[in-house]
Amino acid sequence: MRGWQLASFALFFGLWELAGRWPVSAAFPPFSAAFLALVEMLRDGSLLKAYLITLQPLALGIVLCAVAGIGFGIGMGLSRSVEWLSLPIFIILQAAPMAAIIPLITYIYGIGLTSKVLAVIMLAAPVIVMNSYKGIRNTPPSLLQMCRSFQGTRRQEVMKIVLPHAAGLIFTGLRLGLAMGFIGIVIAELLITPTGIGDLITYNSSVADYPKMFAAIASIVALAAIALYLLERLERRWFP
Amino acid sequence: MIVEVKGVRKTYDSGVEALRDVDLSFPKGQLSTLLGPSGCGKTTLLKIIAGLIPKNGGEVLVNGKAVHGPGPERAFVFQDFALLPWADVLRNVGFGLELRGVERKERDEVARKYIAEVGLKGFEHRYPAQLSGGMRQRVGLARALTVDADIILMDEPFSSVDEQTRRKFQEDLLDLLRHHQKTVIFVTHSIEEAAYLSDQIALLSPRPGRVSKIVRPAVDRSKSPDEIRRDRGYLDTVDEIWGILRQYV
Repeated sequence: MRGWQLASFALFFGLWELAGRWPVSAAFPPFSAAFLALVEMLRDGSLLKAYLITLQPLALGIVLCAVAGIGFGIGMGLSRSVEWLSLPIFIILQAAPMAAIIPLITYIYGIGLTSKVLAVIMLAAPVIVMNSYKGIRNTPPSLLQMCRSFQGTRRQEVMKIVLPHAAGLIFTGLRLGLAMGFIGIVIAELLITPTGIGDLITYNSSVADYPKMFAAIASIVALAAIALYLLERLERRWFP
Repeated sequence: MIVEVKGVRKTYDSGVEALRDVDLSFPKGQLSTLLGPSGCGKTTLLKIIAGLIPKNGGEVLVNGKAVHGPGPERAFVFQDFALLPWADVLRNVGFGLELRGVERKERDEVARKYIAEVGLKGFEHRYPAQLSGGMRQRVGLARALTVDADIILMDEPFSSVDEQTRRKFQEDLLDLLRHHQKTVIFVTHSIEEAAYLSDQIALLSPRPGRVSKIVRPAVDRSKSPDEIRRDRGYLDTVDEIWGILRQYV
């Protein structure tokens, strides 16, 4: 399994190298050039500096979503009136094309950190909220009846049955939310103002330093993939 | 009479009339069966007795007092076991006590005792997913026994258990319940199971569910399980019930 995974990476990077040397386009560098550019950006610290800026709104947005989003999802799952009030908002948010809404955010909140955090939240919140909500709602009815048959109180029902049952789905929601957050932060940094990794991409593109531009793109893809992979491992261990 | 059902009616929101004017009494210390084809409302009636679903009319009396919800004198064994998948056998068995606020140490002690009684000693720290259907149902039964209810209500407890396990479990169940002098109300659609286990069998007719006959099998319980299954009284009871039920299917 591990060997196969390595082989598939080798094949992918090999094809990239070939396509770059062909060349497919003057703007498409081979893998080796992008890799060298990545090493250079790591050495001169520009990549680290960019990520310190990029990860800030991402982390803020995800933490806010985790606290408020899970809270909302649980509230919606437990209470019909909270559900009635907020379910439509999250269904609309889930369906809305975010790239179209982000310019609207900049009208209201400008081009600073707030807008970028909001972009992350708008992408990540629906999936976090909906997963928590569904986790709560999908509690097996027989477990609830079991709790009632032993005269469990509503509080015990929630604490000992509903929440532990939903925990797995809530965590899955967080992982998917983080995936959406990565999309959100890149869109925000490309559409609002180029900062952080978005700046590295747009700047290197404008000065035609394509190896660096591809290195920046590949780095954020790799970071997202690794982060999500680790979270999935954690999820399997905690909620088998 | 420990449990009495008087004129109980139930119509679901969908308009389906599940039970019409059901009158039944369940003698103390005996095992009574609700038997009938699927759709006769037997599980509905059992859950009404348990106080888990509301009735549209009539009364359920326990020890002469009307009840309107679940109570500590009744414990339920679920058809799908209703075990917490994230809790091990020990915690699942002690869960009824946990809900009552019994201290961890005390409820573990009680749970261990009943785990041993249902034959699951050594499985205390397994999780439901690691157990067979028969073992899960034993966990469900042990949980119902820990709370020391006088009345045990069982909803088709053997339906998801394979045939060999089923027979062994039925025999164990009889021993256990007789030993603890429980009053048991048991739902099944198996005629043999009803005739083998019961002191009293209430036959329900379908749509709407009504009591069509009460049969008291003349089976000598002092005999061994294999002898009972060849016993004249047992075989006659099976025939008699089949004679009544065949008109419904």
